[in-house]
Amino acid sequence: MNEGYLLIDFGSTYTKLTLVDIKQELIIATSKAITTVETNIMDGFNKAFHLLKQKYDEKEIKIIKKLACSSAAGGLKMVTIGLVPELTVEAGKRAALGAGARVLKTYSYEITSDEINEIKQMQVDIILLSGGTDGGNKEIIIHNAEKIAKHFQSIPIILAGNKCAHDEIREIFNTHKIKYQVTQNVMPRLNEINVLPVREKIRELFMKNIIRSKGMDHAEDFIDGILMPTPAAVLKASEILSKGTDKQDGIGDLIVVDIGGATTDVHSLADGYPTKAGINLKGLKEPFAKRTVEGDLGMRYSALALLEASGEKMIKDYLSLENIKEKCSFLHQHINFVPKKEEDIAFDEALAKVATKLAINRHVGHIEIAYTPLGEVYNQYGKDLLEVNYIIGTGGVLVHSRNPDDILKEGLFSKQEPTLLKPKNPMFKIDKQYILSAMGLLAYDLPDCAYRMMKKYIIDKWEDS
Amino acid sequence: MNGKTIVIGVIGSDVHAVGNKIIDYALTNAGFNVVNVGVLSTQEDFINAAVETNADCILISSLYGHGELDCQGIREKCDEAGLKDILLYIGGNIVVGKQDFKDVEERFKKLGFNRVYPPGVKIEAGIEDLKKDLEIKQ
Ligand code: B12
Repeated sequence: MNEGYLLIDFGSTYTKLTLVDIKQELIIATSKAITTVETNIMDGFNKAFHLLKQKYDEKEIKIIKKLACSSAAGGLKMVTIGLVPELTVEAGKRAALGAGARVLKTYSYEITSDEINEIKQMQVDIILLSGGTDGGNKEIIIHNAEKIAKHFQSIPIILAGNKCAHDEIREIFNTHKIKYQVTQNVMPRLNEINVLPVREKIRELFMKNIIRSKGMDHAEDFIDGILMPTPAAVLKASEILSKGTDKQDGIGDLIVVDIGGATTDVHSLADGYPTKAGINLKGLKEPFAKRTVEGDLGMRYSALALLEASGEKMIKDYLSLENIKEKCSFLHQHINFVPKKEEDIAFDEALAKVATKLAINRHVGHIEIAYTPLGEVYNQYGKDLLEVNYIIGTGGVLVHSRNPDDILKEGLFSKQEPTLLKPKNPMFKIDKQYILSAMGLLAYDLPDCAYRMMKKYIIDKWEDS
Repeated sequence: MNGKTIVIGVIGSDVHAVGNKIIDYALTNAGFNVVNVGVLSTQEDFINAAVETNADCILISSLYGHGELDCQGIREKCDEAGLKDILLYIGGNIVVGKQDFKDVEERFKKLGFNRVYPPGVKIEAGIEDLKKDLEIKQ
């Protein structure tokens, strides 16, 4: 009998199961059912599990481990507080996004009572508090710690600011009996970003507290662990695919585009240093594994926001149509709509193109030209992704599209916008079996197996055809 | 280490990089914590760096002659950013050509600089002044 891993994604809409034979490195079966957070998260799971069991022979494979990720019940909601918007605020936001959180809002400088009230309205799961380089400004982060301590007794706090302020803040938090975790500064030196310790703390808190507060602890009796938020699993999978493991080399720099109903996520796995000579790298350094989330670019709930972001004209570049606004509001209201008619499919593809283009434009770095007496000089902000090897698409619209490459092509470098550092000549791949998040979970235990499976199912398979 | 943090860099569209490296080295050797924003830096780059690092002085280089234009409003922006009374130094070749330095100094003082250096002044002179202004014991 072969051994299997059951990988579970408690998604915002569907609970998706993937059964993997870890010896043969095969996907044995997949299934899904509507996620049930209102009643008991296990109802939806059991339904999906029941469906799954009809697709494989229980005598052939024994499930030895069940691992899950989750974006159910609104995902992991965070706000981050830092000092200067372009520096520690941005660093904190990047760390939280990389941990798979939804960053509802960021705050800078001294937080005000109005801002405190705003945070109170938002039902956040974790607050990240940073500010100051090590040895730098202490005053503001201590002020903000005091404000938080007075108002948020029940929300867990992650403290990742100027280390020289940590002792004082610990005292404040202890006096107010705050639940908090301390870790390394998210920006220890100017423009140097240190996201990994914060990410790991977020994941720990997610496993320990958040699961319970979202009524998902029922699941823990049956499942070995809900390890991380779903986007963190996707990022983890992408990272393994790009970098490889101790034993095997990865496939190199890549971008993953994940177009969903409410958001479009872009993950880049690349250092993003300038690929041309004579360019100055400016601003905050970028993490190798970077995730951005576009809350206004989505296929359903965010269809209207997408229209607002792009304008009708941009959609019309892809599809000549008159009632664009109507169509977008229909999709906004019918978030489970599945297109069947040719014109609806075409409209979805047009929206997906817009989402891809705008989301990648916002994700990649850009060049700014300064004109000097000597001529032009070039500054690079963000990542240079010109030479990235692969763009990988995932998410319903891409997975089901007949022409996914046409959608992903919108992520390419264009001569019309030469300052945007988008890939020039990548290969396009599609996560047809929808396995990225499952592979991120598997990678947690068996990185080599996960790497080879992604190579097999996402990269190589489509090169032959 | 003397516990004092100095933000250094070259302001505006100025690419002269050599002096900046030397200043970084000299200040570090003299015991300062140096935060270098590099060449082609805007006023905001200097100010943001100073806020996060709680700097004691912003020491600006300008070599290509446009320093006066590049520094307009910097003291006001520092005040705005909460950098009350932070020391502002400037040196290099801060204006075009040879001008009466008394005049130049006065104009830069009006912009809010605490110390202004004519061309040819080495960074060592600046270090001596920093020690005085920041009351660092020898
Ligand atoms: C090399 C050089 C270049 C190189 C720079 C290469 C690089 N990336 O670094 C290149 C060829 C790119 C260049 C370009 C230009 N340059 Co040029 N360049 C020079 C040169 C020959 C040497 C500069 C140097 O590296 N010196 C060595 C370092 C160690 O000295 P430093 O930079 O002066 O810095 C020291 C001191 O000034 C002082 N200091 C600096 N900042 C501060 C601050 C404080 C507070 C203190 C106390 C001290 C201090 O300490 C530093 C360390 O010891 C100088 C002439 C010269 N001999 O100085 C001209 C010079 C600076 N350049 C000049 C000019 C005009 C230009 C251009 C405008 C030329 C043009 N017409 O196209 C362009 C501008 C480009 C731009 N956008 O910045 C003029 C500036 C004239 C002015 N200000 O009135 C100079 C003085 C030549 C001249 N006599 O005309 N240049």
